[in-house]
Amino acid sequence: MVTVNPAADADELEELSKSWSSQLIDLIRRQPLASAGGLVVLIMIFATIFANFLTPYDPEAASWVNQLTPPSAEFWLGTDAFGRDILTRIIYGARTALFVGFTAAFVGATGGLILGVASAYFGGRFDIICQRLVDIVMAFPLIVLALAVVATLGASTVNVIIAITIPFIPQCARVVRSSALAIREIPYVDAARALGYSHMRIIMKHMIPNVMAPYLIMLTTFVGQAILLEASLSYLGMGVQEPTPAWGLMLQGGAEEFAESAPWVPIFPGLAITIAVFGFNLFGDGLRDVLDPRLRSR
Amino acid sequence: MHKYIAKRLLLILPTLLGAAVLVFFLLRAIPGDVCEVRLAGSGLYVDEAEIELCREKLGLAKPLIVQFWDFITGYVVWDLGDSMWTGKPVTEEIGLRFKLSLQVAIMATLVAVVIAIPLGAISAIKQDTWIDYVVRSFSIAGIAMPSFWLGILIILGLLIGTQHFLGTPWMPPIEYVSPFKDLASNMAQLIWPAVATGYRYSAVATRMTRSALLEVLREDYIRTARAKGMTEKIVINRHALKNAMLPVFTIIGIEFAFLMGGLVVTEQVFNLNGIGKLFVESVQAQDFAMTQQLVMLVVVIAVVTNFVVDLVYAWLDPRIRYA
Repeated sequence: MVTVNPAADADELEELSKSWSSQLIDLIRRQPLASAGGLVVLIMIFATIFANFLTPYDPEAASWVNQLTPPSAEFWLGTDAFGRDILTRIIYGARTALFVGFTAAFVGATGGLILGVASAYFGGRFDIICQRLVDIVMAFPLIVLALAVVATLGASTVNVIIAITIPFIPQCARVVRSSALAIREIPYVDAARALGYSHMRIIMKHMIPNVMAPYLIMLTTFVGQAILLEASLSYLGMGVQEPTPAWGLMLQGGAEEFAESAPWVPIFPGLAITIAVFGFNLFGDGLRDVLDPRLRSR
Repeated sequence: MHKYIAKRLLLILPTLLGAAVLVFFLLRAIPGDVCEVRLAGSGLYVDEAEIELCREKLGLAKPLIVQFWDFITGYVVWDLGDSMWTGKPVTEEIGLRFKLSLQVAIMATLVAVVIAIPLGAISAIKQDTWIDYVVRSFSIAGIAMPSFWLGILIILGLLIGTQHFLGTPWMPPIEYVSPFKDLASNMAQLIWPAVATGYRYSAVATRMTRSALLEVLREDYIRTARAKGMTEKIVINRHALKNAMLPVFTIIGIEFAFLMGGLVVTEQVFNLNGIGKLFVESVQAQDFAMTQQLVMLVVVIAVVTNFVVDLVYAWLDPRIRYA
């Protein structure tokens, strides 16, 4: 016998009858800032995928004729000291920023998720050792640790990702652990253990799905942070190397050299970094409001 | 309380030791050292024996564990080794530059406090008005904007502005002068990096001030104060703001610990000869002796600041008592 709940049915019908666009308008009205952030994220993804079609120029080919051309109809944001179109390099730079940002954030947050949940689940000595290790790594300022890692491995795109990932792991582990500690005390975990499920199964099926909210929030925050950190490292010459287009790299030697002759060289790439990080932060804030209202005041 | 302090102090040591182990072995995990950079960096052929001799002289030929023992015991006898690049004692090199970095850090903190507390308070009082939105956007922008780009913009603005109004471009002085000797010249050099770092730093503190004040304003005693007929000014200044300041000071303290890291990039932009620039240079030269001591310096500052912040917090708020 199937019971029909007319009220729920009506709700569902109304939800379905709403067109896709009106749902979108609803979302924008409820979360205006997060939607703006989401738009920035979408634009970046779009630029990453379609970079080749968006611009007729090659981001790496130098052209001595067009050195330091001011913004014009031909070069919308001008050209740099190598005669490369700045807009083109910003569009391709989004690819580098997103690649580094997403990879570092995903690996870092996932590593932290596993470490944090395991630490909370097993407790005891394992937990204490993990927490001490987290303390040690967290005593380093982000950029100092990242620079030390790059110093060891050498400057390249992959090494920059590793350098950014390492400090993220303990940060996420700490946040996830505190959520996981509360979940471990809920009776269904005891029940699962009483049923004789393996540790692996309990962690994967019962613990991890319940700490998804802090995990996703950390993940989006990390993307913004990683983009900023990659830009800083590249700016210092310890990150992504020429001729790969990267925003931080484009700012190198920008200020005094070009102040009077070509102020567009340092202005636009920095604007791109700011808007990208701004977008990810707003998006992350909105996600936090939706997923975990308790954290809203922070 | 005394027991708590003792316990925290005892926990600091293993953290510092762990950091020392991490830094020491991290730097040596991959082949290549200062001798190779110095001798073979030019790309010319170098005799293998010459590199060996250089390693012998700098103590890099010793077994790792002996090097590590020298590194740790160095703290006991206060011999932190010599820079492998310049040959001068590390303490001397750091001592030369530390004043400048510390001054920028303190000034940046002041800039942050001066921006954050009034803005955060106004934002909370005028919650959900356009003023609130402007302040919040201003502070989120501070987190998103790379401080080195803000630094570049400040230099650009100075150059173009002075060119326009004075006729000749003006740049902040390059040489560091002690503030006790020539305050004007000192400020002319350091106020800009302090603003560039302080703005970013203020963003977190502004958000904290706003949310802490909002929370306090909902308390019963605020309603009581208002019901007594006190002016809004007194309610905010005497009753609310005082209590909202606690978490704000904590966050300022924690951020201060990490400010030294932020200076790495800012000093590069403004070409300041501080420990941040020294750090980048020593990393590039693979000067292990210098790099590891600088990292340890930053870690010690971070750990000690956190400890002090915790103690001050307990002292300021009698409700908090540590077991």
